[in-house]
Amino acid sequence: MKNTLFSVAFVGLLGLIPRMAAAQLIQIDGSSTVFPVTEAVAEEFQKSKKGKVKVTVGIAGTGGGFKKFCRGETDISNASRPILKAEMETCKQSGMQYFELPVAYDALTVIVNPKNDWVKSLTVPDLKKMWEPGAQGKVSSWNQVRTEWPNNPLKLFGPGADSGTFDYFTEAIVGKAKSSRGDFTASEDDNVLVQGVANDRNALGYFGFAYYIENQGKLKAVAIDKGKGAILPSAKTVEDGTYQPLSRPIFIYVSKKAYDAKSELKEFVEYYLKQGPQLIRQVKYVPLPQSAYQMNMEHMKKGKVGTVFGGEAEVGVKIEDLLKREAKF
Amino acid sequence: MSVNQTDAGYLAAQNQVSSRAHGGTGRKLRERAIEFVLFLCALSSVAITLGIVWVLLYESWHFFANVSLIDFLTDTQWTVLFENPHYGIMPLVTGTLVTSGIALLVALPLGTTIAIYLSEYAGVNAREVLKPILELLSAVPTVVFGYFALLFITPLLQSLLPNLPGFNMLSAGIVIGIMIIPYVSSLSEDAIRAVPVHIREGSYAMGATRLQTSLRVLVPAAFSGIASAYVLGFSRAVGETMVVALAAGTQPNLTLNPLEGAATITAYIVQVSLGDLPHGSVAYQSIFAAGLTLMCITLIFNIGGYLLRKRFREIY
Amino acid sequence: MEQSSQANFSKAVSRNKNRDKLFAVLGLLATFIGMLTLAALLGDLAMDGLARLKPHFFTSFPSRFPGQAGILSAWVGTTLVMTVTALTAVPMGIAAGVYLEEYAQKNWLTAIIEINIANLAGVPSIVYGLMALGLFVYQFGFGQSILSAGLTLALLILPIVIVATREAIRAVPASMREAAYALGATKWQTTSDHVLPYSLGGILTGVIIALSRAIGETAPLITIGALTFIAFLPDAPIKAEFPFISFEWLWSPFSVMPIQMFNWVSRPQHEFHLNAAATGLVLMVMTLVMNGIAIYCRYRFRKRIKW
Repeated sequence: MKNTLFSVAFVGLLGLIPRMAAAQLIQIDGSSTVFPVTEAVAEEFQKSKKGKVKVTVGIAGTGGGFKKFCRGETDISNASRPILKAEMETCKQSGMQYFELPVAYDALTVIVNPKNDWVKSLTVPDLKKMWEPGAQGKVSSWNQVRTEWPNNPLKLFGPGADSGTFDYFTEAIVGKAKSSRGDFTASEDDNVLVQGVANDRNALGYFGFAYYIENQGKLKAVAIDKGKGAILPSAKTVEDGTYQPLSRPIFIYVSKKAYDAKSELKEFVEYYLKQGPQLIRQVKYVPLPQSAYQMNMEHMKKGKVGTVFGGEAEVGVKIEDLLKREAKF
Repeated sequence: MSVNQTDAGYLAAQNQVSSRAHGGTGRKLRERAIEFVLFLCALSSVAITLGIVWVLLYESWHFFANVSLIDFLTDTQWTVLFENPHYGIMPLVTGTLVTSGIALLVALPLGTTIAIYLSEYAGVNAREVLKPILELLSAVPTVVFGYFALLFITPLLQSLLPNLPGFNMLSAGIVIGIMIIPYVSSLSEDAIRAVPVHIREGSYAMGATRLQTSLRVLVPAAFSGIASAYVLGFSRAVGETMVVALAAGTQPNLTLNPLEGAATITAYIVQVSLGDLPHGSVAYQSIFAAGLTLMCITLIFNIGGYLLRKRFREIY
Repeated sequence: MEQSSQANFSKAVSRNKNRDKLFAVLGLLATFIGMLTLAALLGDLAMDGLARLKPHFFTSFPSRFPGQAGILSAWVGTTLVMTVTALTAVPMGIAAGVYLEEYAQKNWLTAIIEINIANLAGVPSIVYGLMALGLFVYQFGFGQSILSAGLTLALLILPIVIVATREAIRAVPASMREAAYALGATKWQTTSDHVLPYSLGGILTGVIIALSRAIGETAPLITIGALTFIAFLPDAPIKAEFPFISFEWLWSPFSVMPIQMFNWVSRPQHEFHLNAAATGLVLMVMTLVMNGIAIYCRYRFRKRIKW
């Protein structure tokens, strides 16, 4: 009995000698918004490689993803927002250079209950009136936004204040990121928001396009009027850039070091950019124009590292303009 | 002189004991070694605490370099993620205390009643079947409980209280209470069952009913174990994350009214650490300050619980 | 005089009997509430998820198509992580509990340790995750592996095991120990031969509750790097060549069932929600199997208590 224990323990100790991780492994982590896109690409890529290359994807959040990325633990970071100054600093300190690749659009859709018959379209000033910090406790009924609307209570639903969606929406609508009233029903899970709006005639909410498309029967999307006419979000209007300012790009950040070292990573990113568009459509996000992906490829070949956002968020920029900018690192 | 059975047995035992006693220094060494190994394991708990306190203090230190402690303790708003941040911890504290309070109000009476019922009233077979089934409650993933609270309990409550908002602390508190019933009931039932039979039988011999025996004899005798079960249940309730995040919402709200939604400290920590915030920002460091506050709250309750147990514990 | 005190007496007796019966009903009701909730939960999960429980579900990897997605990497990951957790937390927890209860001197230091352990049980699981990230993943270099995950969960549930062990040991009457010492047994002999066997029932209860908690945890594992999409399995523990046992799987990336569930339930497609419900069902069955072993042991041990 004793001898068995000792021998098992001995063998166990043998096992504690660290081994090398699997040779061909691509590690990706970051935003759960970008996750469905990367998952689709990873799945197809692995299939096409017949399992010789392994790809893993986590959902630690954009912030958590960048932290791991700057430490060199992941090869690609999924990000629903551009890299911010603090994170740029961290990456600079650890000598991590990266390619910033916009990969798709996530159209933020403003939705109301189907029984809401008074809202035909919304302008940015309308939304600002509803959502700005000054509205807290004051703007609580629909007719305070536009006098011709009924005197029904205004029930607001939105994503949590820690999410990139929240940041982008507030930046686009109120003018400053995170500048919002606090008295709305917030949830991390967009499905909860869907439920909330679907169950309340007086509700208004915003979340990603995919959640609207999957629940079209229960929700009504609102056309946004930025001065050039009211535009409903759809694959077409987002792709051709007319649905503004709520079309936000989502990114992947690729480690230059890993890109140069691992040929399988090169293949994966190329696969992402080539096969991406059709996979992106399958998961109900909107692909960028074809030229954007080609420009991405060129940037990688030329070794153009860094971010064009300067460490801050930006709204309503056309992708082509973005990609032509000088990158800063 | 005949050597009868008892003497033979006695001599045999003596021989065994003698040979063991003559183990000498080898035996002492083994004892010391075993004690040392056990000691190391016990030390692990101290090591864990030091690790957690270190993590919390280190980041909180950076946080409090940017935010004053007075603001932290007295401001009535927690709007860290918004553009004009306020860093008052009180809304999160009230959220935590209200949901945990409701959870305990549900779990302690129910759990203790179940424990007494299982140990004194239910038959052996019923007990050995019901106990595992109840323990299965603690096996349900917290995510499932969260959605259960949001999609089942809240609508149920809304049919009773029409103005109940979609996110409310009552729903979350009730579900957490149900979730920790196994902690209270199973551990308490073990404690009550472990009371020696002669104490139990002495009470029955005096003509006491099962209820009287339970409440006046067994519960006081098993007080140490029951109190430990309560403390574990409380700790679990306070540390619960997913259920509150999903059912009570993530909007900090300084209120003692359970019919409103509010964020707890734990919901806030999870929201930020898995969200899109850059790690290293003041907003990120605030989760460590919040965690530290939570530890202080539980420490106060646990010291109270310890003193209470020491006072009322029966040794037999 | 005799008559009235007799009347009072029988009134008191019947009042007590009524209270007794009332409590029996209350107790049954309370138990019933617990079971009812469990039934509602299971029913809810089954309604949505039962249809998805085909063999294909258990042998497929995650996919962007809900119909093709499966939980293979998730349930393998959960099994392996829980093995590490159980093998770490149970011996360490029992050993710590034994030391604190039998060997440690009852002074202020042990009082502090006792309060401290109860406090640890209240630390949110995600804080354990954050600590483990710095300690296991970075400092010790275990990486984002099954080993790190198992150790993180072990730390999380250690307080529960320790508290339950202590209480179970405390409940063993002093007369048992004294009888053993009287015969010349050493401390360890007394503990291992007399105290532990009788307290094993209570210890196992603590182990059951602790492991049940660990298997359902999501947040700390996401923090230390558990994955949501992983389409391959860790290396098998049994290999065909010498030395026949491999520990490679300890260092492997992984996913677990609660995380898979969490991810699927927050996707917009309704079919993913069905998958999530099915995953929840499987998770509960897995827990029951895991607990079943401990419950059986506990049943056997409790039958032996004869005091």
